[in-house]
Amino acid sequence: MSEEKKVPFKPIKSTKMMKGIMADYFKELDEASKSGDRKIAWCTSVGPAELLHALGFLVYYPENHGALLGATRMAMDLIPAANAIGYSPDICSYLTSDIGSYLKKSTPLQRAFNMDGLPKPDVLVYNTNQCRDVKDWFNFYRDEFDVPCLGIDTPRGVHDVSKGHVDAVAGQMKELVPSLEKAAGRTLDMEKFKSVVELSLKTTELWKKVLRAATHAPSPLTFFDGTIHMGPAVVLRGTQPAVDYYETLVAELEQRISDGVAAIDGEEHRIYWDGMPVWGKLREHSEQFTLLKTCVVASTYCNSWIFEALDPDNPFEGMARAYTELFITRSEDFKESYLARMVGDYGVNGIIFHDSKTCPNNSNNRYGMPERLRKKLGVPTLTIQGDLNDLRCYSEEQTRTNIEAFVEQLAER
Amino acid sequence: MSSEGPNAGEGVFCGVDVGAASTKVVLMDVDGKMLGSHVRKSGVDYQIAACDCLEKALVMAGLKPDAVNGTIATGYGRRNVEFAGDAKTEILCHSAGCYFYFPKAITIVDIGGQDNKIIRLDDDGRRVSFKMNRKCAAGTGAFLEEIAARLDLDLDDLDSMAKSADKTVKLGSFCTVFSKTEILAHIRRGEPVNGIVRGAFRSVVERICEMETFEGDVVLTGGVAAHNTIVAQMMSEELGRDVHLPSFPQLTGALGAALLARDEYQEE
Repeated sequence: MSEEKKVPFKPIKSTKMMKGIMADYFKELDEASKSGDRKIAWCTSVGPAELLHALGFLVYYPENHGALLGATRMAMDLIPAANAIGYSPDICSYLTSDIGSYLKKSTPLQRAFNMDGLPKPDVLVYNTNQCRDVKDWFNFYRDEFDVPCLGIDTPRGVHDVSKGHVDAVAGQMKELVPSLEKAAGRTLDMEKFKSVVELSLKTTELWKKVLRAATHAPSPLTFFDGTIHMGPAVVLRGTQPAVDYYETLVAELEQRISDGVAAIDGEEHRIYWDGMPVWGKLREHSEQFTLLKTCVVASTYCNSWIFEALDPDNPFEGMARAYTELFITRSEDFKESYLARMVGDYGVNGIIFHDSKTCPNNSNNRYGMPERLRKKLGVPTLTIQGDLNDLRCYSEEQTRTNIEAFVEQLAER
Repeated sequence: MSSEGPNAGEGVFCGVDVGAASTKVVLMDVDGKMLGSHVRKSGVDYQIAACDCLEKALVMAGLKPDAVNGTIATGYGRRNVEFAGDAKTEILCHSAGCYFYFPKAITIVDIGGQDNKIIRLDDDGRRVSFKMNRKCAAGTGAFLEEIAARLDLDLDDLDSMAKSADKTVKLGSFCTVFSKTEILAHIRRGEPVNGIVRGAFRSVVERICEMETFEGDVVLTGGVAAHNTIVAQMMSEELGRDVHLPSFPQLTGALGAALLARDEYQEE
């Protein structure tokens, strides 16, 4: 029983194109940072990116950088530096990884994209729809770079998104405009703004098609593919390259479905993943599920970059609604209904909850959800303990055993 | 335990459970009768531990190695057992082993050296759910080892000491290190050592009982339960229901593995 099993891996051909547009994106940021020719805005992952693009900013996303730090496992060398200056090991490990990266002047962008370091911001713009940590995170950089830090405080625990919610968030976005115009050195062109929102909407519609391809059995892609291929949906939404990329990816996945190509040969089980990926263990998890003939077909995480309420004719209101109706901002009842719907849509026969130690907002197991869904849907659930970036909170052996035992349980049914 | 060998052609099946603390081997016949077994510390070489256990179990059973028709390994070291034909998780193997003794809806509590598990089975022996402990030693054998070391006691003496105590000294912390600090305070206050030991067992039971709701009969397994029957008593008090110990609580994982080896052999 000691032999190593070879893991069959089916690369997605479009990956090459994705790497190209991501490299172009970082190259443009690096050049702008060096030359000062273009203004740079740092933005939270579901911040008002379209508004920033419309004002001519290049947009950089520290959360994307956090994921890179996790995936490269550089986070493990960097988190302690942030802990040492008072940022607790119990708060967001994207934050502590990223601040540690800044403190130690060490980033995967140097090696991956030949960048000197992080692109210097002219303005920092957050939206607390993800969590409160992003505000504290950006305030750190406000003090370091001596640049404005602006933001939107989104209501949380929302059940139905009302006009009142939308108006409140849209109002905050509009209030940002004068300060952003000042930082950008130009006035907002509403026609440009609408065209950016339109590109963002096209991106989101295509990204949804990518993810919905996994409703097909066998699925042509896995959650682990999704975590890689969502890069452009996060950092390039509102731009033409993102639209072009997802048109290519959708075509490839549709071709896979036509040709009967499965991401996992002999797919026997279909699993839903709730919560953050364990970035430093993506490969290990992907390989384990592949060997277990189990496809993680859908996730809350990847689906959180679908913003169907974007509206080019009413850009502020559309963005406000889209960025407030995110899963993460919603009530427990809404989340439960959402997960139940996803289980049905994707033909899922098991749900894994990742209880991410430093990310309570993305750990949906903590208020009885797995038990309620198990009773309501009759679908087995498993909770694994871990973290998005901090592998000090993760037990490799215990997680592997839990996953293997869970698949054994699915096989018994 | 029987030393009788099986009749020719009936088959002998082997289960190997390489746990974090102990390695266990069970040999059984086609009817599930245990023919031989052995337990030893897992140490640092799981293959050696497994081979040694197998050798001694074969001696106990009066069998030669080629009498074994199928072997399944389980436990943390399951992938390191070169003579096993297959590997299954300890969750599956404990389920199979306990259901063999208690063929009805049960909740299994396995307290191991480094982790614990709560497994719920339905009337047909199918798993309804399972949980393992979180990332710390609370509620595991490792917690008791730490406490014994702090009190400078032999692990083998803990059970009798706890049973002799007139009071239970409360240890309230989740954290093993914090519990050890609590113990220092209790020692300073002059609390009796046997009461502190009893409190340590109470802590293990509380950490486990708060992990899950309990349905059906409770079956307690693992080395901690095997060597410390006070755990079953305390758990019964805590849950207000009967808690059963199988005949060989530390061997249920290995027994389940042997049963699964038999089933695989018969399917082939």
